[in-house]
Amino acid sequence: MAEIPTPTTPGPDAPARRPSRWRRLPVVRQLQQSVGLQRGMLVAGLVISAVFLLAALLAPLLAPYGFSQLRSGDRPFGAQQPPSAEHLLGTTVGGYDVLSRVVWGSRTALLVIIVAVAASIVLGVVIGLLSGYFGGWLDRVLVVVADAVYAFPSLLLAIVMAIVISGGQSDMWGGILAAALSITVIFIPQYFRVVRAETLRIKAEPFVESARVIGASHRRIMGRHVLRNATRSLPLIVTLNASEAILTLAGLGFLGFGIEPTEAAEWGYDLNKALSDVTSGIWWTSVFPGVAIVLVVLGLTLVGESLNDLADPRLRTRRAAAGMPEPMAGAPVVPGGALDAGPAGLSGLEPTEGDPR
Amino acid sequence: MSTTVSGTAPAARPVVQCEDLAVTFATDAGPVTAVHGVSLQVAPGEVLAVVGESGSGKTVTAKSILRLLPETATARGTILVSGKDGTPGENVTTLSAAAVRQLRGRDAAMVFQEPSTALNPVFPVGWQIAEGLLAHGMTSRREARAKAIEIMREVGIPEPEVRVDHYPHQFSGGQKQRIVIAQALVLDPGVIIADEPTTALDVTVQAEILDLLRRCRDEFGTAIILITHNMGVVADLADRVAVMYEGRIVEQADARTLFASPTQAYTRQLLDSVPRLGEGLARAQERAARRPEGWAEQEPVVEARDLSVVYPGRFREPDFVAVDGVSFAIRPGEVLGLVGESGSGKTTIGRAIAGLTRVGGGSLRVLGVELNGVRERQFRPVRSRIGFVFQDPATSFNPLLTIAECVAEPLVVHGRARDAHEARQRVDELLEAVQLPRTYGDRYPHELSGGQRQRASLARALALEPELLIADEPTSALDVSVQARVLDLFDELQRELGFAALFISHDLAVVDMLADRIGVLYQGRLVEEGTGAEVLGAPKDPYTQRLLASLPVPDPVEQAARRAEWERVRAAGA
Repeated sequence: MAEIPTPTTPGPDAPARRPSRWRRLPVVRQLQQSVGLQRGMLVAGLVISAVFLLAALLAPLLAPYGFSQLRSGDRPFGAQQPPSAEHLLGTTVGGYDVLSRVVWGSRTALLVIIVAVAASIVLGVVIGLLSGYFGGWLDRVLVVVADAVYAFPSLLLAIVMAIVISGGQSDMWGGILAAALSITVIFIPQYFRVVRAETLRIKAEPFVESARVIGASHRRIMGRHVLRNATRSLPLIVTLNASEAILTLAGLGFLGFGIEPTEAAEWGYDLNKALSDVTSGIWWTSVFPGVAIVLVVLGLTLVGESLNDLADPRLRTRRAAAGMPEPMAGAPVVPGGALDAGPAGLSGLEPTEGDPR
Repeated sequence: MSTTVSGTAPAARPVVQCEDLAVTFATDAGPVTAVHGVSLQVAPGEVLAVVGESGSGKTVTAKSILRLLPETATARGTILVSGKDGTPGENVTTLSAAAVRQLRGRDAAMVFQEPSTALNPVFPVGWQIAEGLLAHGMTSRREARAKAIEIMREVGIPEPEVRVDHYPHQFSGGQKQRIVIAQALVLDPGVIIADEPTTALDVTVQAEILDLLRRCRDEFGTAIILITHNMGVVADLADRVAVMYEGRIVEQADARTLFASPTQAYTRQLLDSVPRLGEGLARAQERAARRPEGWAEQEPVVEARDLSVVYPGRFREPDFVAVDGVSFAIRPGEVLGLVGESGSGKTTIGRAIAGLTRVGGGSLRVLGVELNGVRERQFRPVRSRIGFVFQDPATSFNPLLTIAECVAEPLVVHGRARDAHEARQRVDELLEAVQLPRTYGDRYPHELSGGQRQRASLARALALEPELLIADEPTSALDVSVQARVLDLFDELQRELGFAALFISHDLAVVDMLADRIGVLYQGRLVEEGTGAEVLGAPKDPYTQRLLASLPVPDPVEQAARRAEWERVRAAGA
């Protein structure tokens, strides 16, 4: 174990310096910590995600037409029109404007992410907390169930859920809920496992024992002492799961279990309809929804992976301490004269930096 | 920085010569310099002890000799490690990675603090000893094995021919440390760097490991850099001592000179804060004199009769009896000290009294409630009359709550205040009682030092004015100087508030400072119980005698005499 030098605690008169609330927010804090490539990845991910979020929120302003609009005034758009001044990204085989569908599609994707992640977080955290804290039979049964759900193909489950929820009709909320709830079922075990493992660890910590010695009730211990300490790694899973949610939604749409084009715009559905266009050289109907899916998934994954790396002190890169204004060793004492590459100078520092294990 | 070496002026080339070493770490809070301009010399066959409190840079200094620092560290300065045969050394800080690998093990080897993690659990120990030999040019596995058996015999492992094929978990902690030392010795290095080699071990085992290290020096002529915070260990083994403080060497002297006449204020303060046996006698007598008439007839706060605690074994394994038929009583206002090695059941007794561990058999009455078969509902009202101080102040506070919220927790739980804000008045009083400024209430636990946190922990335990305080190794995670302050505070508060206390520690000297009576636990049984004068002055049980004899005292001259006594006790026991 390396002895980690801790900065000395400030004296009683020194005011306790703590970063402002804004700087302690999950993503902002990591952004400040990061350097180099890790920072680049995080910033790229954040920019892509921000564009996605803005597109979803401002869809009515950004999109030139409605998602189910087929004509402007009296004139129909026409099917499979190539990109032009009127239709910047062309039109689909059904006669919809591609750009509008792509922009509106982000709104559907965002709704699915929110519903899926919110539902799975709430359920997963509650079940994980109870399971980890009380243990016993409840815990064993829940762990087996979670393992069983892991073994289920998520898309198959999503199809079944889609049929159960919407009964074959695919309106906007039916489609969103079908996708979101099927994803919820798949994600609950992930949150369950993470929170349960953290709870098991924290349950044995002395501060929980000290709460027990004081005589605090189980509810108070769980809520005040365990829960808040057990949710540290959840932001990472949220970002990674969000991208997975989009892929499941697109998969459902592509397989024909999505949302009717008159109810909401959905990228997977558009891709499905663009299948026949690909062979006839009509590229714009498939490329743009596809690019949208790839970009959003990439953006969210970049954020998630960078947060993951930054959370681990062993993976986090730091600014090197080499450029410090530290007095160098004056004259190195070397028997038989000075070395050519002595420790005086930056070139002499290089080989000592890493631990060549 | 003075590098004068008094006393043993080495004629031969020093095996380690370190000039102006500075080590900087890149951290999230910017670069932190852990070691500033340290210069050291170690002569062949000399034991240099590097002492200091945690964070003083002693481990970093030692690790940079083998260049074992993490990637975030940058070392500057020169470290020359010479061969045992007198070949001139090269500067480790600028050496190539391959050359450093050659040097490790051959010229300088390392003994780690925790022997159970320093050995790989999936390989036999013989293989692990031979690994070093094969890495340094020996080609015959048979020869390496023979050498491993030989070195295991040298370090005192019985039946090395058989034991060479055993796995680490088949050895006891002390034997594992012997094997780690064997691993270091097998290549016959000029210097062994021992980083807290006995800290993880019990006192009686510590004495044997120190004996082995002494033999390394005397029989193999190996120099040892001994890193430790235990002044008793220093007095026992070291020829020369370097005292480190905040990354600098404040004093370097011959061991006897340093203990007899320290020149620096910091060294004096460090030596003064080491608890010594016999200091508590006067305090205990004073307390006994102040007790009212009929005190001995009062109903005890805690009464254990044939108490046993059993941890159920795993499938098809026998149950583990942690506490086996222990009887004792703590009367109001009395401090009972429990000492024992790890696994002796002392912590389990404390946890059983606090209702954290189920009582297996016998009877345990705490504040009038029988704990054998008690329900949580019956015990909860009693909890407000018990305070508990945990061993590790770093983990006994919820990191997300401020100190004031943590200290207010018992008040809120027992309905004395509606929330932390309402309890603030009382919290401030408590913080003042443990000598912490009021403003510390608004800080988070990680913003306090270990000693400050432990004082806050004491404040939390005393929030409800308990009749009984259980302190489970409250100072073993602290540095000596901090420990001294916390112990003084504990003593002062006990006198003021008059609570009864169970004080659990592995350190006899610490228990002696505070306790009215001392109980010695060994393998779950109470082998001896009595006043400090009885137990420490005239121990009757052979285990207590052994425990007392193996405790190193921070005085080289006295320790030399005690070592002879220890060897006599050990010879008699064998």
